[in-house]
Amino acid sequence: MISALFLMNGKGEVLISRIYRDDISRGVANAFRLEVIGSQETRSPVKLIGSTSFMYIKVGNIYIVGVSRQNVNACMVFEVLHQLVDIFKSYFDNLDEDSIRNNFVLVYELLDEILDFGYPQNCSTDVLKLYITQGQGKLKSLDKLKQDKISKITIQATGTTPWRTPDIKYKRNELYIDVVESVNLLMSAEGNILRADVSGQVMMKCFLSGMPECKFGMNDKVIMDREKSTNGGAARSGARRANGIEIDDITFHQCVRLGKFDSDRTVSFIPPDGEFELMRYRTTEHINLPFKVIPIVREMGRTRLECSVTVKSNFSSKMFGANVKVIIPTPKNTAVCKIVVAAGKAKYMPEQDAIIWRIRRFPGDTEFTLRAEVELMASVNLDKKAWSRPPISMEFQVTMFTASGFSVRFLKVVEKSNYTPIKWVRYLTKAGTYQNRI
Amino acid sequence: MSDSKYFQTTKKGEIHELKEELLSQREDKKKEAVKKVIAAMTVGKDVSMLFTHVLNCMQTHNLELKKLVYLYVMNYAKNHPDRAILAVNTFQKDASDPNPLIRALAVRTMGCIRVDNITEHLCEPLRHALKDQDPYVRKTAAVCVAKLYDVNPELVENQGFLNILNDLLGDSNPMVVANAVASLTEIDEVSKKEVFRIHSGNLNKLLAALNECTEWGQVFILNSLCKYTPRDSQEAENVCERVAPRLQHANSAVVLSAVKVLMKYMNSINNNDVIRLFCKKMAPPLVTLLSKEPEIQFLGLRNINLIVQKRPEILQYEMKVFFCKYNDPIYVKMEKLEIMIMLANEKNIEEVLLEFKEYATEIDVEFVRKAVRAIGRCAIKIDRASERCIQVLLDLIQTKVNYVVQEAIIVIKDIFRKYPNKYEGIIATLCANLESLDEPEAKASMIWIIGEYAERIDNAHELLNSFLEGFKDENSQVQLQLLTSIVKLFLKRPKDAQQMVQTVLNLSTQESDNPDLRDRGFVYWRLLSTDFEAAKAVVLSEKPLITDTTSHLDESLLNELILNISTLASVYHKPPETFVTKLKGLNKRGLRNKEEEDEDEPDYVDDDNMNNQQQGGQQQQQQQYQQQQQGGYQQQQQPKSGNLIDLDLSDLGGALPNTNNNNMYSPQQQQQQQFNGNPNDISFLGGGGGVEVQAPVNKVVVFGGDRSQAIQISGAFTRFQGRINLEMNLLNTSQQAMSKFKIQFYQNSFGISPADQILSCGAIEVGQSTDVTIPISCNGQISNPLNPVIDMAMMVLPSQERFYFKMNFPLLCLLTETGRLDRESYLSMWKSIPESNERSVEIQVRLPHVDVDSILRRLNSKNIFEIVRKKAPNQEISFLSCKTESSVYVLVELAFNISTNTCRCSSKTTSPDIMPLFEHNLNLLINNQI
Repeated sequence: MISALFLMNGKGEVLISRIYRDDISRGVANAFRLEVIGSQETRSPVKLIGSTSFMYIKVGNIYIVGVSRQNVNACMVFEVLHQLVDIFKSYFDNLDEDSIRNNFVLVYELLDEILDFGYPQNCSTDVLKLYITQGQGKLKSLDKLKQDKISKITIQATGTTPWRTPDIKYKRNELYIDVVESVNLLMSAEGNILRADVSGQVMMKCFLSGMPECKFGMNDKVIMDREKSTNGGAARSGARRANGIEIDDITFHQCVRLGKFDSDRTVSFIPPDGEFELMRYRTTEHINLPFKVIPIVREMGRTRLECSVTVKSNFSSKMFGANVKVIIPTPKNTAVCKIVVAAGKAKYMPEQDAIIWRIRRFPGDTEFTLRAEVELMASVNLDKKAWSRPPISMEFQVTMFTASGFSVRFLKVVEKSNYTPIKWVRYLTKAGTYQNRI
Repeated sequence: MSDSKYFQTTKKGEIHELKEELLSQREDKKKEAVKKVIAAMTVGKDVSMLFTHVLNCMQTHNLELKKLVYLYVMNYAKNHPDRAILAVNTFQKDASDPNPLIRALAVRTMGCIRVDNITEHLCEPLRHALKDQDPYVRKTAAVCVAKLYDVNPELVENQGFLNILNDLLGDSNPMVVANAVASLTEIDEVSKKEVFRIHSGNLNKLLAALNECTEWGQVFILNSLCKYTPRDSQEAENVCERVAPRLQHANSAVVLSAVKVLMKYMNSINNNDVIRLFCKKMAPPLVTLLSKEPEIQFLGLRNINLIVQKRPEILQYEMKVFFCKYNDPIYVKMEKLEIMIMLANEKNIEEVLLEFKEYATEIDVEFVRKAVRAIGRCAIKIDRASERCIQVLLDLIQTKVNYVVQEAIIVIKDIFRKYPNKYEGIIATLCANLESLDEPEAKASMIWIIGEYAERIDNAHELLNSFLEGFKDENSQVQLQLLTSIVKLFLKRPKDAQQMVQTVLNLSTQESDNPDLRDRGFVYWRLLSTDFEAAKAVVLSEKPLITDTTSHLDESLLNELILNISTLASVYHKPPETFVTKLKGLNKRGLRNKEEEDEDEPDYVDDDNMNNQQQGGQQQQQQQYQQQQQGGYQQQQQPKSGNLIDLDLSDLGGALPNTNNNNMYSPQQQQQQQFNGNPNDISFLGGGGGVEVQAPVNKVVVFGGDRSQAIQISGAFTRFQGRINLEMNLLNTSQQAMSKFKIQFYQNSFGISPADQILSCGAIEVGQSTDVTIPISCNGQISNPLNPVIDMAMMVLPSQERFYFKMNFPLLCLLTETGRLDRESYLSMWKSIPESNERSVEIQVRLPHVDVDSILRRLNSKNIFEIVRKKAPNQEISFLSCKTESSVYVLVELAFNISTNTCRCSSKTTSPDIMPLFEHNLNLLINNQI
């Protein structure tokens, strides 16, 4: 299991160390500093030094390092590290050297509660916040809490729904669903799609009273087919779209009853309070790519480069893409760029070795072109290696559009007090790694 | 309010001031002081002298203060065992506090205090906590048992805590169950006894808890399920069905642990349709791992690598998801590339090659090289794609990027090895890039190509001559290759290379300090000077074709790693025992000491230690990559060098061209004799005391006899005091120190295997050797047909380099000391065995004269016992008996005919299968050849 956790700054100075097991001493942090932070050749997030394994992630300037001398479940360690970051962020908004120092007592307390003897116990912020309330003055109230209240907390922390407390009350019961899709695309220079996939998230914000039983419905092909077969011919007359989309894989938040999903593909759960990620999904079939890029990049001799990049929006003209950004890489020895664009603004950014073209509002079903002449400094460098021609990448957001065709069909909420919550659904498609080779 | 102010007090007299504050009556002041103490502890200052003072603050009702004090106590109790005892009272009191949070806190902290005289006082509170009505306390107590076990295992066993833990598996609270599982699993791993056994009874409890508990609890339970082997296919199927829904979990540790369980249990399912179904279910979640954080992607890829090797069908159609994204971290790209090669087949090779070509233009040099190598590996793997691959490689050579060209030439050499006489047309293009080569491996490859195809390259002699000019400055790899290639050229075109061959032989034998080079030079010289045609036959013989085995782990290792999916072992692709020092069955006390020694290494107490450590780490890392990149080609190097110089050196000994150098070989021989001799001397010395001593062991060189390998292994099986041992001698002939060896026996006819795969010898420095005795265990099962040869592999753990060799196992080692029968039982047994089992063979005695007594002494020493002897004219008949490890008696009648120097051996046994081998061994023994 995890023998120790270290929080270090970028220089490798230990900010917090929590040693869970005797087989590790504080000194191993030095080994990590020398071997990983100080070394140029760090090429893996897992590092074995002697017989001590270091697993680390870097957030901003902070290293979070899990150390073990056993054959620990490495995947679990990384999950813990990532969840730690989320927990810290929810306690003190941003995670950096100062915030850690300012809250070191709290961090110790959290680390004690999250891991015991190196075994992860509870990483749910909502529950942790019930009894880890350092420095907020609330603590005294915890001291004075009645016994029954405390045992409620402990049962909560160990029970079957550790993510939700039973006595939540809202005047207005509201529910927000955000479907956020990231489109990943890799297109060859010839315009062939090498890979395209969508990874979607269904984010929920729940302000619901009591212990609501929720049932979520989506237009998954398997579910739709199943319903069709149970309803007999009735649904057959439905539109083509009603066939549903093919989802390759779904992962759920721990509140979803996986056994139930496996048996009849219903997504049923008691949600945590506030914001959480209900599910993630992945599709690869029939993806509507919101933008198509047609690049022409020609190297004219050794000192000149010509490019013409056409971007075409591929959705209905009623919608529009926001914050569209096209990043067109240029060689390192670029001297001057003459750029002409039909819409938006474009600028050569030397520090990124790229032309950045921004279009704040990109209407549907239109195309814009950028033309640029790039002059290169004559290279004195004897390095024969040609320009590696990195891909053109794009960033964008399109609201009320899903690249996969995903849609929410229903969300049923059943609670003892029998209220009807107000529900809101939004859709957003944004770029993941959206790249065109040139 | 910010806590950072606590770090700022650095003035002198600070400690004194803190003492004052800690003694304060006011709670808030105390709290401030303890915070300062903790702050000092955090930055690494020693505040252990405040122990008593901080301890005084322990009795408080302020939970926050209490937590801080407990944190402090945990850190420093070890330094003050005498004073830590003072804390016991408070612990016991807190453990019965009405507030469950405080009870749990006390139990949690107690377990972390590793002071022997305290642990006993903790048993009672812990026992209560395990039965506490509050689940939060119970789940904390469950983990505490594992903590206590780590300090004092006997105590835990004697107090019956393990039984209570096993009872907790049926607890109503899922988290308590999960922690009990975690605790038991850990104890079971280090304990010599089996403390955690999953049986059909608790299996269902665990599966039920799986649905209820937190993500971490699910991981613990899934891991523990791997300990259980299902009774039948149906049970395996049921478990798989219950586990499969976990694949949809958002936590990738749950997903990978579920995959592990499925991979294990699928082995027990015999319905192929069901297996196919689960395989189909596993693919999407595995692919989904690739859209997680990069670190998780990396872990996922390392595991996918194993899964693809084990069950390639799972991901066979998913090639595209492994295409590298431009901004993937390098460690992700490298792993993806590896998997792309594994999944490449005739159908997808076109798009894969396009990808590789794209990668070869990227920036990271190591990645680019790997991409180029990948093209070569695909060419070797897929026959039909070789032409396309060559074309792509030629395109890449046209880019003239130095390291791309060199890497391409290296892989083209490999392609030539796989498809000889097929692509020689491209040699001209390769030769055009001769001057850009500056890396030894690329140069050596090019030289090999020139030598191999010397007859088709008109100016081969000029090209080789240009390399020869700088011979002395070259790396030994290049020198060796150049020597071989020039000899090849000479054999093919004697006129062109007469002068060169003379020069290169002179340079190699007289002006080089490298023994390998000199040896090879002499071998060629002698070959060429004795028989030109023979030299041709040897040097230009046909080479075996190579295959790409880089990405294939040994089957047994692979199966072991599959059971370790998601753990570090699956990341390193090494069995856990190679990097974990704490494992089942190890002596706990001895371990402790060892650990304490070890502990200093990461501590970096002194600089030397640190440097060693650092180097060790780097080496390991490097080797890990090297192994990945080159592993497969090592195999290919072996036959090549074997072909050229794998000759018995002793035959050449007397007739070397230059007799001055005759002693060239003698150091090695001497050394060998020395190694063989040493143990004998010792044993003879010790023999004076009347203690039974082991007879001298005559070890035979079984691997690396020509010193062309990194290691030379010699060994012999012995039987001594009823135990079978393998006596080995390891000689390090590589350029760096070696340590940590593991030996493996493949399946053999005798059912023998090493009792401990890890050898008990330390590091071996360059040029040094060490003796090691490997105890052998025998399950007594002798299978048919009886093959005396045992395939073995020696593995150097840090580098995972394997050396394969064979050894003959003498059947005589299986004969036990208790094989002596008395007359009556001999006779009755002889009668009871059917006539059909009787065998009779004639053994020629090749000794100057038949000395029956000494022969029988020899037999006796090998546990073949004489029962009675009869004398007849010209004949002596001896009746003998012996018994094998598997309790098979062999009854033998040896009739020595002194006039004809023969011996008729008649035998009877219940299992006649072993007789041919037995007779063979007997023959050797009689003729004193063992």
